Amino acid sequence: MANPMRIRAAAKDGVTEVRVLMSHVMETGQRKDSSGAPIPAHFITELTAKHNDKVVLSAEFGPSVSTNPYLAFKFNGGAKGEKLSVSWVDNKGDSRTDEVQIS
Amino acid sequence: MNNQRRDTLKAGSGLGMLGLLAAAGFIKPELAHAAWNQAAFDAKNMDAAFGAFNAGKPAESADVVITAPDIAENGAVVPVGVVSKLPKTEQIVILIEKNPNMVAATFTLPEGTVADVQTRVKMGQTSDVYAMVKADGKFYMAKKEVKVTLGGCGG
Repeated sequence: MANPMRIRAAAKDGVTEVRVLMSHVMETGQRKDSSGAPIPAHFITELTAKHNDKVVLSAEFGPSVSTNPYLAFKFNGGAKGEKLSVSWVDNKGDSRTDEVQIS
Repeated sequence: MNNQRRDTLKAGSGLGMLGLLAAAGFIKPELAHAAWNQAAFDAKNMDAAFGAFNAGKPAESADVVITAPDIAENGAVVPVGVVSKLPKTEQIVILIEKNPNMVAATFTLPEGTVADVQTRVKMGQTSDVYAMVKADGKFYMAKKEVKVTLGGCGG
C-alpha cells in the first residue's frame, strides 16, 4: 500500500483551506530505464475530497502532474474538529484514503 | 542517544496505526465517480483537448488568473495555481500546450468550493500553460508562458 498523504485542513472565517501532499511516483510512461526499456505509466487518475460526507472537490489527474502531487483548495464552511477525507485511485487500481480533523 | 532512530521509530508506529485503521475498515476507499476522461488526457493538440470537454473555442477571460513562475528552473515541479472570479465556476482544467499529454489535471468544484486551486505539474519544455474554466455552462480560458530551463520529462 502506498504511503499516507499529508493533509492540512484549517478553518478560518468560514472558509476551510486544505493542503494535500500525496506520496506517489507519478510515472508518465514516457521515460526509459537504463537499459532502454520504457518504464510503464503509473499515476494517480482520480482524487476526491470530502468534508464529512459531502464531496468538496473531485479531480482527475494526468501523468503531467508532478511526482508526489501537491494540491491546495478552499471551500466554504467547515469547522474545527470536523472530518475531512481525501481519497485517490491510480491507473493500476491502487487506492488510498486518509482522514484528518479540521483545525 | 540516537535521536534520529527515535524519530524513525515514532513515525513507523504512526504508520502502523493508520494501516490498522484501514484494515479494520474504519477508512473506506470509496470514490464518488469513476469515469476518467480518457479522451481529454489522450488529446495531442489543443483543439482535441478542448473538444474532449465539449468546450469548442473557449473565450479568453481576464477573470481567470494563472499563478505560475515566469521561469521554472526545474520542469519536474512547476507550481501552478488557478483562480477564477467568474460566478458559478464548475470546473477548472490545467493544460500544458507542449507536453505529450496536454491535459494535466481537471478539477470539478461542487457548490460551496472556492474557485482557487493550486498544484504542481511537470513541463517538458518552455510552453504556454492554459487554464480552462467552465462557469455557468460557458467556457473561458487564460494562458501564461512558462520558460523551462530544465525539462521534467525524460532523462
